[in-house]
Amino acid sequence: MKLDGTDRAILNRMQDDLPLVSHPYAAVAEELGIPESEVLNRLTRMKDSRVITRFGPFFDAAAMGGAFCLCAMAVPTEEFETVLTKVNAHAEVAHNYERTHRLNMWFVLATETPEGIVGTADAIERETGICVLRFPKLQEFFIGFRVAA
Amino acid sequence: MIDATDREIIEALQGGLPLVPAPYAQVAEILGMDEDALLYRLSELKSRGVIRRIAAAPNHYKLGMTSNGMTVWDVDDDRITELGSRIGALPFVTHCYERPRALPDWPYNLFAMVHGSDRDEVEEKRAEITAILGDACRAKDILYSTRILKKTGLRLKKKG
Repeated sequence: MKLDGTDRAILNRMQDDLPLVSHPYAAVAEELGIPESEVLNRLTRMKDSRVITRFGPFFDAAAMGGAFCLCAMAVPTEEFETVLTKVNAHAEVAHNYERTHRLNMWFVLATETPEGIVGTADAIERETGICVLRFPKLQEFFIGFRVAA
Repeated sequence: MIDATDREIIEALQGGLPLVPAPYAQVAEILGMDEDALLYRLSELKSRGVIRRIAAAPNHYKLGMTSNGMTVWDVDDDRITELGSRIGALPFVTHCYERPRALPDWPYNLFAMVHGSDRDEVEEKRAEITAILGDACRAKDILYSTRILKKTGLRLKKKG
């Protein structure tokens, strides 16, 4: 879909935290000077067309006692789709990207316990026969998630 | 760290917040609780950092940010905190982490995600990082993403 200026204004605003109030979209609509119904219609359209991949709370697994871990695998091209199906079948795989490197599959595991990372990564190794390199974060240097729409 | 009610709330919201005028009232009804009680619980989860924010995750590709480079660097361990902080503060870096090396396959310990409308733009930004790291950087690489294979966010397992 093509985004107009109003869509972009809404999307930029919605990348920031939404107020925790009964009518959050009305609050945003007032900030932007757009009717609430239009904010909701445009958000729905952007979500349906996957301009917005997800809308809602972002949870921190670590704050719940769980863990995140970036993992990478070197998957042979001819096995890529088969391995992908096996990896993505794990609910713990929160996102997964194909990248230009010998290590061509990069995914993030989000688990409810630190042991869950080891368990899931080991299971993927067993199922695919491919080593899962693990890159847990040691330090985080600021997260600015936003991109200008 | 989270109790059974928190867990029910997280399960109800992990697929997303409903796009209706009173989304919390709708979720509260499904959970059989008061809207006010739900809002109170959510504010508690937020203050404890379990919820980082309630927001939209855009699809960078569909916004014309079609190039997404994971820049990786082998940075002197003694200087990683100082330099990582400087790289993380750059306006075009969306995520920046120190991670362990995996020798011999992977000599890099600093990861910085850079987005741009094309690879030339990403390369220009990467050159700025190269200049900042100077001789503290021994090796570098960039991995472009060519496909989103999955993007669902955290999912709690149903507990029986």
